[in-house]
Amino acid sequence: MAHVSASSEQYNYEIIRKFAIMSLVWGVIGMSVGVYIALELAFPALNFDIPEITFGRLRPVHTTLVIFGFGGSALFATSYYIVQRTCQVRLFSNGLATFTFWGWQIIIVSGALSYMLGYSQGREYAEFEWPIDLLILVVWVAYLVVYIQAIRQRTQPHIYVANWFFIAFILVTAILHVFNNLAIPVSLFSMKSYGAFSGVQDAMTQWWYGHNAVGFFLTAAFLGMMYYFVPKQAGRPVYSYRLSIIHFWALVFLYMWAGAHHLHWTALPDWTSTLAASFSIMLLLPSWGGMINGIMTLSGAWDKLRSDPIMLFMIASLSFYGMSTFEGPLMSLKSVNALSHYTDWTIGHVHSGALGWVAMITFGSMYHMIPRLYATKVYSIRLIYTHFWLATIGIVLYITSMWIAGIGQGLFLRAFDDYGNLKYSFIETVVFLHQPYVWRAIGGMFFVAGIVIMTYNIYRTISQGKREAAEIEAKIAARMARA
Amino acid sequence: MKFKHESIEINAGLLIALTLIVVSIGGLVEIVPLFFINETVEQVKKADGTDAIRPYSPLESYGRDIYVREGCFLCHSQMIRPFRDEHLRYGHYSLAAESQYDHPFQWGSKRTGPDLARVGRKYSNEWHTQHLLKPRSVMPDSIMPNYPWLMKNTLDYSDVVARMKAQKTVGVPYSETDEEYDLNVKRFGKDIADRLDINYAENILLKQAEQGNYDGDKTRLTEMDALVAYLQVLGTMVDFKGYKEGYFSEFR
Repeated sequence: MAHVSASSEQYNYEIIRKFAIMSLVWGVIGMSVGVYIALELAFPALNFDIPEITFGRLRPVHTTLVIFGFGGSALFATSYYIVQRTCQVRLFSNGLATFTFWGWQIIIVSGALSYMLGYSQGREYAEFEWPIDLLILVVWVAYLVVYIQAIRQRTQPHIYVANWFFIAFILVTAILHVFNNLAIPVSLFSMKSYGAFSGVQDAMTQWWYGHNAVGFFLTAAFLGMMYYFVPKQAGRPVYSYRLSIIHFWALVFLYMWAGAHHLHWTALPDWTSTLAASFSIMLLLPSWGGMINGIMTLSGAWDKLRSDPIMLFMIASLSFYGMSTFEGPLMSLKSVNALSHYTDWTIGHVHSGALGWVAMITFGSMYHMIPRLYATKVYSIRLIYTHFWLATIGIVLYITSMWIAGIGQGLFLRAFDDYGNLKYSFIETVVFLHQPYVWRAIGGMFFVAGIVIMTYNIYRTISQGKREAAEIEAKIAARMARA
Repeated sequence: MKFKHESIEINAGLLIALTLIVVSIGGLVEIVPLFFINETVEQVKKADGTDAIRPYSPLESYGRDIYVREGCFLCHSQMIRPFRDEHLRYGHYSLAAESQYDHPFQWGSKRTGPDLARVGRKYSNEWHTQHLLKPRSVMPDSIMPNYPWLMKNTLDYSDVVARMKAQKTVGVPYSETDEEYDLNVKRFGKDIADRLDINYAENILLKQAEQGNYDGDKTRLTEMDALVAYLQVLGTMVDFKGYKEGYFSEFR
């Protein structure tokens, strides 16, 4: 009975519920692993001489669980929600949509386990070995088909702006994934493979991938999320439609040039890294275009910041987005990069984007979306406030400690004494890093505490939604019986 | 006819096609030329005309695979930049040629520990083994994990031929046929060509481990042997004394 009613609903919400819940599950686990590896750096005894949990093997577990587990599941959930509602059409195939869910979850689990067992391609954010890469490709093509089919079957003539960003994200992720993971396995039964490219070409391909994983997976897609949920929550139209057109095309064009700024001063030719730096500076404009468009959507409804904690999450996320997309071009300047590269400043920058922008916009969107999926109200507004402040304090602690660690180490490493000798040995900078590392871990704990509270709040919201639905059904059944 | 953006907004096919075009340009301009511009990877020759940079020996290659497996690159870079402090600390800046056989590259993006691009021969085998087993026993303030299992695990080299063949497929000049061997003799000299011959991979590996005795335990061939053999070759292939100062900057 329940099954029949689910498949006859106007939209396929079941798939969205699944992804939304798993997003929170991966968020809690992935961020907790992050805190653990942060503590390993502060207290190396925590490696416990166990190969599976040493820093080098757990670090990709952390990044994979939060980027692809938490972020990826959140994107599947919200993109399926947005595409159905803005196109006013149900996803064309329950089976294929369900396949993307189970496929994606298997990818995340097998990826994390394989790193712990020592199978890694040794490419940042693309550590999955070749069999998992193939599975990712299959699932991604299924996702593309489900998504594009919804667009094609739309009952609205117009494709809403959020969908442009999701389309760009799905297409580019496919391209990046294929080219960056070209590899020859040692044998059909071996997890080990050797990448198709080497040295300088490999470095360029990897950071073309790595930077655009940030640009499209963690930015364009979340802008798609922003373009739906911010106007919805604010109850206002998008501030400027024209701005969204300009910044969309500029963003997707410019991002693809910027990857080589991860390779300044390396053996990569100067022309490439100079080109990348120039485009990185230009990238500030479309990035801020998106930020301004999002924040200004609230104009005329600023009072919501006083009364609506979901709006707080969204506006804070856009502010962090603006901040980290200013910091990024700054760090892509060769002179700044000479200091910041190889240091924790980069780690801080990534997290101001990942925690401040990606996670905060996700939290805001989830608080908006999940109660609607269960036709109820959120369980506790007060807990959303608690979550917001824990998350914000956590981010601030995280970023500032990483600025201190990164800029500090960078300055120590290039300090000379009066005779022109190096003033500090490398290990002295490691000693210096200890305190910021402890503070970073504390910041991370705040952030994890926040998402744990959110998970509890959502759990209660879902239970409440189910109870209410059962009550309504009981009432209907009673009435039917009387009739 | 006046163009209207709306025509894209109502046409999914057009939107997809234009997006694909717009996102492809950056990558095409920046990546493709790197495969075709010769100066991208400079030629580095020894005095006798042979190539200075050679592929890794089978044992070193296994060591490198262990380096990748353990995620060493997450804390150690292998890319020295052309700055005075890095020159004093690590040595000559890294050349593109030096990582031309690295599948994947391991330049890294973070230095929680020091750069390793030229760590080869700076420390003894004994130091490396001790340091990998218990970093804090030689460097009290180190925050590196202990790697005791490297010494416990015997090196599984059963797929040495398959690994070399796979690397050959992606372009590393290991030799299988006589012609390939002869080419390697010309390119690297006979001594090195002998160590790149897939047909004798196992013997070459065992011989190097026997002669090098990297982990200090002659009775066993461990993962430690392979990893230390790899670390000891890092950055040692180019003898910079043989080149005029500023020679390599021409290629940058």
